[in-house]
Amino acid sequence: MSLRYGTRRLRRGTFSTAAVCRNGKQPVPKIHPGWQKIRTVASTPTAERVLFPGALNSEFTNTMEVIRPSTKKAISTYRVMDQYGQVLDKEIGVDTEDEEALGLYKNMVLLSIMDLIMFEAQRQGRLSFYMVSSGEEGISIGSASVLSPADVVFCQYRESGVYMQRGFTLDDFMNQLFANSKDSGLGRNMPVHYGSKELNIHTISSTLATQIPHAAGAAYALKMQNIQQPDTPPRISVCYFGEGAASEGDFHAALNIAATRQVPAVFICRNNGYAISTPTSDQYRGDGIASRGAAYGIATLRVDGNDIFAVRRATKEARRIALEDGGKPVLIEMMAYRVGHHSTSDDSFAYRQKIEVEDWKRRDNPITRMRKWLEGKGLWDEDQERALRSKQRKEVLAAFDRAEKGKKPAIRHAFEGVYEELTEEQREHVEELRDILKRYPKEYDVEQHEGGAGSLDELLRENK
Amino acid sequence: MTSITPSFRGLSRCLRSHLSPRRIARPQHRWSSAAAGARLNGSVEYDTTSILNHTSRAALANPELPEHVRGGQTKRINLYTAVNEALRHALQTDERVLVFGEDIQFGGVFRCTMNLAADFGTERVFNTPLSEQGLVGFAIGAAAEGMRPVAEIQFADYVFPAFDQIVNEAAKYRYRSGATGVNCGGLVIRMPMGVVGHGALYHSQSPESLFSHIPGLHVVIPRSPVQAKGLLLSAIRTNDPVIFMEPKVLYRAAVEQVPVDAYDLPLDKAEVLKPGKDVTIISYGTPLYTCSAAIAAAEKDFGCSVELIDLRTIYPWDRETVLESVKKTGRAIVVHESMMNAGVGAEVAATIQEKAFLRLEAPVKRVTGWATHTGLVYEKFIIPDVTRVYDAIKKTIDY
Repeated sequence: MSLRYGTRRLRRGTFSTAAVCRNGKQPVPKIHPGWQKIRTVASTPTAERVLFPGALNSEFTNTMEVIRPSTKKAISTYRVMDQYGQVLDKEIGVDTEDEEALGLYKNMVLLSIMDLIMFEAQRQGRLSFYMVSSGEEGISIGSASVLSPADVVFCQYRESGVYMQRGFTLDDFMNQLFANSKDSGLGRNMPVHYGSKELNIHTISSTLATQIPHAAGAAYALKMQNIQQPDTPPRISVCYFGEGAASEGDFHAALNIAATRQVPAVFICRNNGYAISTPTSDQYRGDGIASRGAAYGIATLRVDGNDIFAVRRATKEARRIALEDGGKPVLIEMMAYRVGHHSTSDDSFAYRQKIEVEDWKRRDNPITRMRKWLEGKGLWDEDQERALRSKQRKEVLAAFDRAEKGKKPAIRHAFEGVYEELTEEQREHVEELRDILKRYPKEYDVEQHEGGAGSLDELLRENK
Repeated sequence: MTSITPSFRGLSRCLRSHLSPRRIARPQHRWSSAAAGARLNGSVEYDTTSILNHTSRAALANPELPEHVRGGQTKRINLYTAVNEALRHALQTDERVLVFGEDIQFGGVFRCTMNLAADFGTERVFNTPLSEQGLVGFAIGAAAEGMRPVAEIQFADYVFPAFDQIVNEAAKYRYRSGATGVNCGGLVIRMPMGVVGHGALYHSQSPESLFSHIPGLHVVIPRSPVQAKGLLLSAIRTNDPVIFMEPKVLYRAAVEQVPVDAYDLPLDKAEVLKPGKDVTIISYGTPLYTCSAAIAAAEKDFGCSVELIDLRTIYPWDRETVLESVKKTGRAIVVHESMMNAGVGAEVAATIQEKAFLRLEAPVKRVTGWATHTGLVYEKFIIPDVTRVYDAIKKTIDY
């Protein structure tokens, strides 16, 4: 595009005169920017059809054909193995080593066990909130397993498997859930709002879909850094969200800007059928989320989220496409069923039949499906299963105990981190709080926090 | 023939920028709101006002400028050019800086980004789709990965679709990331604000108080080209997200001598524009010019001495400078365009009441926009003018 030419003309027009000092009183000189002289396809005399700038490849037709989405075939769902754990195309098979597959399986089981225990712990009032991933373990663990550790990830909240697969330890999970002094979020966030700098996963926020444009922007930053540092391996950003979040304006905004800026981002939608109580029929009327991808000019595929091999292969391919020509966004819709309640604050049987859930649990599930595959290959049996589950249960409970006993984070963290430096106003507020704590010592339990009230003095000393 | 006719793209852009209410870019002529016999409400004399530096010497005398800048050159430019120069310097000196927004690439509807795309490439200076929540979210993500994005909202009136991203994401990013240390501090969101004579409901708003109610953001409003350049460079350099609001009526109107070299101005300091003994007026942005004219008339008519303070940073604001002044004068008036209730004036007045109670000799007066919307033909009745500030000085002194 001859923008360079156009703006140079502008500069000559304005800056050589005293225009900069025009003081708003004189009329602005008429300048025809260069782009007004660009001949577009529409003005080519030999063009066979008039091309509107808004849809360059659209042909005219004299048959009126109203596009009715309901008559179109739904986008097909990619799978590698069926629900009995049988690989469908033996030629292609699964591109996963046995050892690796066992690791993935163990992580899925561990996640489900942690979910079970923490859900119960919340019911006993030992932590304030929890959200399980049941039915979606394959999506988070499978996709995370084929990303580069340097790839940047943005999550919604039902992707604990991504953290686990990337190396978040049980202690890391528990410290965050109990908001103790070892929580990297410094006790500021609700449970399940994990974050890790080392693992390149941004901290979760409760606001739905806001992370989707972040992922587009981060991918653009990575694209620029990929260009500026050609020696380091290229990176992509990956964003997870549910089908409910995809109704937010941020989803639209993000996919559109990702497409126009051609960013190396993979958007992974977990379509589990429900947004709290709202079934997908009240969420949208198109062909799921995948059908929207093409509308933004984004490469798209739909995958069986209960099939971890399909998830892996799709994500791997998406990552490859995302890095093509410097950057291309990709949308993957992973189909699943939310087996658990939305959260510990939700009783899903108020809006769906228990039998429906039981049916899904029995019929198809990423863990049982993979177990069938492992057993089919002779890699797994009932004894190993029992031993694994008992070992993992013990590990989770041990981490649980360690974290629950931990002290709460220092009170100073209530103020720090709002700005890079403490503001004068904040300093005053810390002093006031310090004074209140001193004069009403029986009203506050400061000793359960690391350093007691002393951490506020420390903060004031450091910010003199 | 075909090469002379403007293209569809060109034509549509041309029409958009001139006809669509969303794109009212600039007044072709300045409407005078002055009545025929007006003594106070004349048009602002930008050419002579003491708020602007009309000579090189005045500009370089600013003690806030670093030594090497004070020994350097100046040139006479307007506010949009000062913004442009700040952006140009930032792009030149830091490869992490990105400049984007709606219609940025051709120079912006207010010309603030002129020539930047051509000189720094469309990878770093580019148009975004027309979606405020999208472009702000995009900026936050880029900042969180170490870039220093300067995003533009075309008018402050259109920042509201991005409110969630600014309030829940940008402002809270560092805090919620805790010990991981991740933040989006490189972010600056620029937006033209304030009345422009004929902007009506959606080209006139001053939403600064909405942002000053959110911990985690800096809110900055410059009053002049010198200030715009220095404050914008500081905003880009600081490691906290900054809402940078540019009074759009000053883009072309405010012209002064500006140091050619780059310089930073502090983001936590108010500035005493004019010393005085009897009343302190606290304001920011365009109304400073109104205040200055009102002060001149009032000092002549009442023989009083008025101190004028430019807040510059609306949040976190410099309470020390303001309180020091009010403790000296014993009287205070706060002037801003946006309406009174829960406006910046409420915060300033409450702080003065709390911390300078014994020194006050009159109630703190607020001269602000009335509690209504800025209807097209009513602007001159709604926004504080010289008469209302003049009258406020009179009432405060006579109290």
